[in-house]
Amino acid sequence: MLKDKRVRPSRRSFLAGTGAVAAGITVLPRFAVGAEEPKLNFYNWDTYIGETTLDDFKDATGIAVKMDLFADNDELFAKLKEGNPGYDLIVPTNDYVQRMIAAEMLDALDHSAIPNFKSNVAAQFQEANFDPGRKFSMPYMWGTIGIGYRKSKMDGVPDSWKWLYDSDKYSGKIAILSGKAAIESALKYLGHSLNADDPATIKQAEQLVIRQKPHIKVFAADNGQDLLLSGEVDITMEWNGDVLQVMEEDDDIGYVVPKEGGELWQDCLCIPKGAPHPENAHKFINYILDAEAGAAIADFIQYATPNAAAAKLMSEEYRSNPAIFPPEAVIAKCEPSVYQGAKRARLMDEAWTRIQAA
Amino acid sequence: METWRRNPLVFWIFLVPPTIWLAAFFLVPLGLIWVFSFGEKRGLVDIEITWSLANYVRALEPLYLQIIAKSLWMAGLTTAICLVVAFPVVFAISFAPPRWKPILLLLVILPFWTNLLIRTYALIAVLRTRGYINFTLEWFWDGGNQILTAVGLGDLQLLGASFQPLQLLYNNTAVVFGLVYVHLPFMVLPLYASMERLDKSMIEASLDLGASQARTFFSVVAPLAKPGIVSGLIITFIPAMGSFLTPNLLGGTDSQMIANVIERQFKSANDWPFGAALSFLLMYATFGALAMRSLLARGSPGTEHGA
Repeated sequence: MLKDKRVRPSRRSFLAGTGAVAAGITVLPRFAVGAEEPKLNFYNWDTYIGETTLDDFKDATGIAVKMDLFADNDELFAKLKEGNPGYDLIVPTNDYVQRMIAAEMLDALDHSAIPNFKSNVAAQFQEANFDPGRKFSMPYMWGTIGIGYRKSKMDGVPDSWKWLYDSDKYSGKIAILSGKAAIESALKYLGHSLNADDPATIKQAEQLVIRQKPHIKVFAADNGQDLLLSGEVDITMEWNGDVLQVMEEDDDIGYVVPKEGGELWQDCLCIPKGAPHPENAHKFINYILDAEAGAAIADFIQYATPNAAAAKLMSEEYRSNPAIFPPEAVIAKCEPSVYQGAKRARLMDEAWTRIQAA
Repeated sequence: METWRRNPLVFWIFLVPPTIWLAAFFLVPLGLIWVFSFGEKRGLVDIEITWSLANYVRALEPLYLQIIAKSLWMAGLTTAICLVVAFPVVFAISFAPPRWKPILLLLVILPFWTNLLIRTYALIAVLRTRGYINFTLEWFWDGGNQILTAVGLGDLQLLGASFQPLQLLYNNTAVVFGLVYVHLPFMVLPLYASMERLDKSMIEASLDLGASQARTFFSVVAPLAKPGIVSGLIITFIPAMGSFLTPNLLGGTDSQMIANVIERQFKSANDWPFGAALSFLLMYATFGALAMRSLLARGSPGTEHGA
């Protein structure tokens, strides 16, 4: 268990699913001058930066960071879709990085201005299937989708998707994330890649979920951790950060990434097109990828850092927490969800609509 | 009443802001979405308007018709329950002493002062397994057991071996309950407006002349309150049909309504043209229903006289 008892609302707060949280729209002036003014407009998730990171960066470089918050990737995407309102640095999740690259919403990064990337970031994050060559994105934090469970109600550790998808053992006490994730984890259980795009394979996963429906209590819109905490369900599919949050409140809750593997997500630092201060943004990215600054952030937000140099500075407790860092063998089976175009998006959405209508 | 003809300038000056407002924030966005519904997706952010009907054809697939039918049923049930619940409330308010009326009406409107999302989460706290209703039932169960033990029947487990909480949340019943809770004021207010205008002596006359309470209600009150009933039905049914937050938060694995499908097209599925087509299909259906109503309303006096 974490000793850290700070009240730390989850980044993927349950309100995010409803789209009800809206960060204020800030239209910022643009300055098209050669030497950049010492300012940076940072668009980030809530509680997703170190306690003093922004101040420390200002002390080190004189650049004042103004941070706005968004609640989910859809909101971030929607806000930048019709033109950048003045942000220099954003934090999209991997599949949205890819969508933004495809929609030409991101500026290419100048790797020579980010020396800390090569020297500090772990080998497995040097490349990315959603951004070959890491041209547009730098890894910020990563995590998994796995199983949150109430220890006292389980026989051992439920380390397989079977307990959610193919068993009546916890009938009526099961929650599964709604949408794409519900189908993708089922694909993992069936031994496929979660990015499978073959209609017959997706159909197979769809039928698995439909067959399991009588035992599933609810398709949770990102609030599985609350259902778990309130005793509504005993086992749920959730983002690791969300489960970690309720683990701090309740010792009886655990988290495991199933042995079949699950989704590995990665939040990335990207510079949107039309950023008024791209040089400052590069400086800030390099600062975040610094060992000490990175460790300070990871220590505060308790997500897994891809920054190997920073991880070395962290406590054993952080590095050995399975909810933050699953075992190597399991990570090897995890994969990031890749955006594969409108055709697959439609297949998945139709499968999801049919699952609920069945 | 026709004074504006004498002061056309003032009339036009006052008419301009609402017209601009209506055009800029209602007609133009709605027109855009209407145009989108004939479009095709090109890449991630671009929509090409091809004037194809493919989106409407897709929207008429059995899968979506089935969901629309289910939504009609849920919204219809919600509206019916609202009507049944609202009538006694409206009677109570309109026959209350005048100084109580504003307070009672305020109580009806009060929930609107709280955000829908907060109200829905409050409802979750009431209905869930470890919620207030189940806490109360468990308290009674414990009390009952203690009494049974006191009279020497404790070993028989008449109330069951342990307390079984009711599963009130995450099913269609919870969704309808939530929808009724949210939409009740929409029914109460128009009903109240027409009940207030209703001449109470009609009711007295009917009762004096020997009609029963039920006969008075159906033959006197209901026909006189008909405009209020009809507008109540309409303004309850339409937003209920378009609800997505309530089924999302209170529903189970099969509680998806058509608005949930539409919401997804504009968000995770990123298929605006299809979402637009589905929305407009609903809108056409609503217009159709309203047109049918006014046709029926025009025809009804004749049939009444004929009977």
